[in-house]
Amino acid sequence: MSVTTAPLNSSVGDSLGRRAWRRLKQSPLTMACMAIVAIYLLLAMCGYLGLIPDFQKAVGEPFAPPSAAKPALWLGLDFFGRSVLFKLIAGARTAMTLGILVACISLPIGLAMGAIAGYFGGRIDAGVQWVYSVIVSVPYILLIIAISYIMGKGLLSICVAMGLVGWVGLCRMTRAEFIKLREREFVMASRLVGASNMRLIFKHILPNVMHIAVVAASMEVMGAIKAEVILTYLGVGVQDGSSWGQMIADAPGELLNGIWWPTFGVSATLFLIVFALNRVGDALRDALDPRLV
Amino acid sequence: MIQYVIRRLLQMIPILVGVTLLIFFLFTFFGEDPARVALGSHATPEKIAALRAKWGLDKPLIMQYLQFWREILTADFGRSFVSGERLSEMFKQGALVSLAVTMPPFIMGTVLNLIVAMLVAWYRGTAFDRFMSVIFTACMSVSFLVYVLLLQYFLAYKLDLFEINGFIPGLKGLPYLFLPWIILMIVHFGPDVRLYRSILLEETKADYVRTARAKGLSEKQVMFKHVLKNAMIPVMTYTVVEVPFLVMGSFVLEKYFSIPGLGDLLVSSVNTGDFPVIKGVTIMIAVAYSLFNLLTDVLYALVDPRVKLS
Repeated sequence: MSVTTAPLNSSVGDSLGRRAWRRLKQSPLTMACMAIVAIYLLLAMCGYLGLIPDFQKAVGEPFAPPSAAKPALWLGLDFFGRSVLFKLIAGARTAMTLGILVACISLPIGLAMGAIAGYFGGRIDAGVQWVYSVIVSVPYILLIIAISYIMGKGLLSICVAMGLVGWVGLCRMTRAEFIKLREREFVMASRLVGASNMRLIFKHILPNVMHIAVVAASMEVMGAIKAEVILTYLGVGVQDGSSWGQMIADAPGELLNGIWWPTFGVSATLFLIVFALNRVGDALRDALDPRLV
Repeated sequence: MIQYVIRRLLQMIPILVGVTLLIFFLFTFFGEDPARVALGSHATPEKIAALRAKWGLDKPLIMQYLQFWREILTADFGRSFVSGERLSEMFKQGALVSLAVTMPPFIMGTVLNLIVAMLVAWYRGTAFDRFMSVIFTACMSVSFLVYVLLLQYFLAYKLDLFEINGFIPGLKGLPYLFLPWIILMIVHFGPDVRLYRSILLEETKADYVRTARAKGLSEKQVMFKHVLKNAMIPVMTYTVVEVPFLVMGSFVLEKYFSIPGLGDLLVSSVNTGDFPVIKGVTIMIAVAYSLFNLLTDVLYALVDPRVKLS
C-alpha cells in the first residue's frame, strides 16, 4: 500500500538535523525569521570588518528628520547630527556580540554542570544543586551589577556577568535529561562493554541532549539582548554609545520634542531581532523534539 | 508533612550560607569603599579610617562575616551607611510601595491571562490559535523599556489619561499607580498567556481527559471542569514563586517613574556602596524565595492527592 510510503519512510535513517531542517522549511514565517537573524549577524560582521560608516560622525543638522536622499538620512539624525541608521547598525554589532559571547560562556557551563550532576548524582549532584540554588536566590540584577563593578563597566564585563548567571536554566534541563538517560539500555550496554564515564557522557548521552542546548542557545542570545538594553538604561551596561539601550534612555526627552525617529528606529530594530530569535527558538524546539517523528 | 517542612527549612541553611558568602565576597572585596563614597573624593585618609572604624569595616573579615550572621538571626540589619535610617523601617516602607505597584496587576493579570489562555486553548489548532501565538510572541518581543516609553508617551502625555510620573503614599497616590499597573499587565500578557496555553494543552493529552470524553461529557465540561482544575497546579507553581519578586518591585518601573520602592533602594544602594542595605535586601529576597518555593511544594501536595512529599 502506498499509505505508509512518503512521509514516514523517508524519515527512517534520516538524521535529526536533516529532518529538523525539512520541518523548519515548511513555515515561511520561520524562514523569514532565520533570514532576519542572518542579516543582523551579517551587519555585525560588517561592523567588525569596518565596512559600516562611523556612527560617531555628524552627517548633517542635529535632529534632521528622515529623508530618502541618502542612506545616512533614511532614519533621520540625532542630537549631534549623527545618523540614526548607522547608530542602529553599530548597536546591532554590540547586541549580536553580546548575545553570542553570553551563549558561549553560559552554554558550556550549563551543559557540563548539568551533565556531571545528572550523571554522577550523589554528592556531586548536591554540590551543583547548591551552586545554582544560591545563584537563583540572589536577585539577578544584583549579581550583574556586582560583577560589572569588579570588571569595570563595559561590554565584556556584562557578557561575563550574564554568562556566569545564565547557565542555571540549561543546567537544570540537562541534569534532568541525564538522570533519565543514564539508566537507559543503550547506556547500560556501552557500560557493559567497558566504556568509561567520560565516553558515556560525551559520546553517548550528550548527543541526546544537544537539542536542548540548541534551543537554549537561541533563547540565551535573545535574553541577553533584551537584558543589555535594560542594564544600559540602569547605567551598568555598554558605555561607548553603540548600544540600543542608550538610544532608548535618550528617547523620552526626544519624544517630548516631537523627535520620534530615533525611538521608532530603535524600537523596531530591537523588536525585529527579538521576535525573530523567539520564533526561531520555538521552531527549533518543535523541529528538534525527538518525540515527534 | 510537618517532618517534610522541617527538613526543607533545614535545607535552606546551606543555601543561605552560600548567599551570604557570595554577597559578602562580591561587595567587601570588589565593591566601592562605602566610607570613601560617603565622604567624597576629597576626604583625608584619617577621616576615611575613622568612618571605617565607626562602621566596623576595619575589623577582621571573619568578624565582619559573623556580624552579618548575627544580623540575619536577629533580623536586625542596623542602619544605612548613607541615610542613617533604620533598615527595618526602610525595608518595610520600600516593600509596601513595591507591593502597591506590583501586586494588583499580578492578581488581575493572572486571572485575565488565564481566561485568554482558555479561549485560545479552546480553539487550539485553528487559524485563530496560530495567529494568536504569533501575536503573543510579538508581545513578548517588545522590550520592557519600549513598553514603558511608548505607553507613558501616548497614554500619559498625549492623551493625558494618567499622571506622567511620581508617587504619593496612600489612596491619593492611586492615579500615579494606574499607568505602572497597565504597563506590568501588558508586559506579562504575552509570555503568561503562552505559558498557560501550553500548560492547558499539555493537560488535554492526559488520560483522564480521554476518560471524560469517553463517558460522554461535553467539550465544555471537559475543559472547564477537568482540564482547568488540573491545570491550576502547574499554573500555581509558576505564579507563587513570583511573589518574592513582587516584593522587590520592578527596577525599571521604579527608576522610570521615580517610585521609592525596594528595587529602587537596592539599585541606588549598590551605586553608593551602602552595604547594609545590599545585605539586608538580598537576604530577605533569598529567604522569601526559598520559603515560597517550599510553600508551592506544600500547596502542591494539598491540592493534588497524587503528590507525596518525601
